[in-house]
Amino acid sequence: MSKKPRVKLPKSAQKGEIVEVKTLATHGMETGNRKGKDGNKIPRLILNKFTCSFGGKEIFSADMHPSVSANPYIAFNIRAESSGEYTFTWIDDNKEVTEVKETMTVS
Amino acid sequence: MHKVKSVTAMAVLLGAGLALGACTTESTTKDVMKHPYKEVWSGYSTATPETRAMQDDDFANPYMPYVDAAAELWDTPAGEAKKSCADCHGAPDDAKGGSMGIPMKGVGAKYPAYDPESHGPINVELRIQKCQTDHQKAKPFKYESDELLGMTGLVVMQSRGMKRETKAAEQSDPLYPAWLQGKAFYYQRRGQLDLACKHCHEDNAAILVRAELLSQGQSNGFPTYRLKWQKPGSLHRRFRGCNNNIRSEPYAYGSDEYLALETYLAWRGRGLPIEGPSVRK
Repeated sequence: MSKKPRVKLPKSAQKGEIVEVKTLATHGMETGNRKGKDGNKIPRLILNKFTCSFGGKEIFSADMHPSVSANPYIAFNIRAESSGEYTFTWIDDNKEVTEVKETMTVS
Repeated sequence: MHKVKSVTAMAVLLGAGLALGACTTESTTKDVMKHPYKEVWSGYSTATPETRAMQDDDFANPYMPYVDAAAELWDTPAGEAKKSCADCHGAPDDAKGGSMGIPMKGVGAKYPAYDPESHGPINVELRIQKCQTDHQKAKPFKYESDELLGMTGLVVMQSRGMKRETKAAEQSDPLYPAWLQGKAFYYQRRGQLDLACKHCHEDNAAILVRAELLSQGQSNGFPTYRLKWQKPGSLHRRFRGCNNNIRSEPYAYGSDEYLALETYLAWRGRGLPIEGPSVRK
C-alpha cells in the first residue's frame, strides 16, 4: 500500500468497556474482471485479508472478495480487557503485508 | 440575446438613436446579474444518509488518506529551491500564513481568482502547480494525480464552512470576460445529444432522470471523493464526465474553457458553504 492505512483506536478505555475500532485502508481493489485499453484483462489485485490481533492472538479477521469497494473501511467493536498493543494487518494478492500498531491503555 | 435585439429594434423604430446605448447596457446588466435559481442548494442535501455520514466523519471520509499524504509533502522541501510549502505559508491551518503572510484559509472560497500573468482565471490546482514551478523550481504534480488531488484537498479543506464569494459578474472585475465565456458555455448546446448544462442543472434540477436525481451542478463540494470513481476527483474531471455523457468532445484538464466555466459556476453557487473534500455517490 502506498499510503499508510488509518486506524482509530481510543487511547484509553475502562476495563470491560466495549470500544469501536475504525480502519480505512487505501487500495485500488482491482477486481480482475475489468479490461484495459489493450483489451486484456487487468489482473486481480485486492486486499483479501484483514486481521486485528492482540498479544499474538487474533481477535478479529475479515476475508475480502472482489466486490469490496476500493479503499475498504472496516469498523468493529472490541471489549477492552487489558492494556497493550493491537496489530492491524492487511494482506493483498501479491502477499504484500501492511501493518499498523496502536496501543490502548485499559484502567 | 433575444431581448437585446428587440430593444435595439424598438429604439431604431422610435428614432431614438442616442438612447440606444444606455438602454441596451441597462437591460443586459440587469439580466446578467439576476440569479438563475430561486434557492441554491448543495448536492449534500440530496445525498443519502450513508454518504453524508462518510463526509461528516473526517476519519471515514476516504479522501482523507490522500490529504494525509499531501500534509507530509507540505513539509517536505522540493525542487531546486529546496523549499517546502511550509517555508512560505507555515502550517496549512496557520491563520497568519507563515513568513509570506499568505494563509490557506479562504482560498477555497474565493478561487478561481484572476491571474495577472495569464490574464485569466486560475484555480487551486493550477495555482499549486504554478507555485511549484515558480517558487520551488520543481516539476509540478500532474493534473489529476494523487499528489495534486491530495494537495488541493488539503488547501480547500482550510476553507470548510466558509461561503463561496465572487465578484466575477461585475463589469469592473478582471474575471468578467471569463465569466461571460463561462456563461456562454453553460447555455451552449453541445454533443450528439445536443444538450447544454442548463437543460439538466437549471431547467430540471431536483428532478429524476431515470434513477438519478439531477443536481444544480454546484461546485462547492469539489474536490470530491466520488464513490463511482472509487477515488478522488477534481471539478474538471466532473466536467469531462458530463461532456462525455452528452457525447461531446471533452476539453483538457485546466483548459481555458473549463476555467471559464468554473468561474461562472462559482458565481452560480455563491453563498454556498465550501464542503471540499466532500463525498458523493
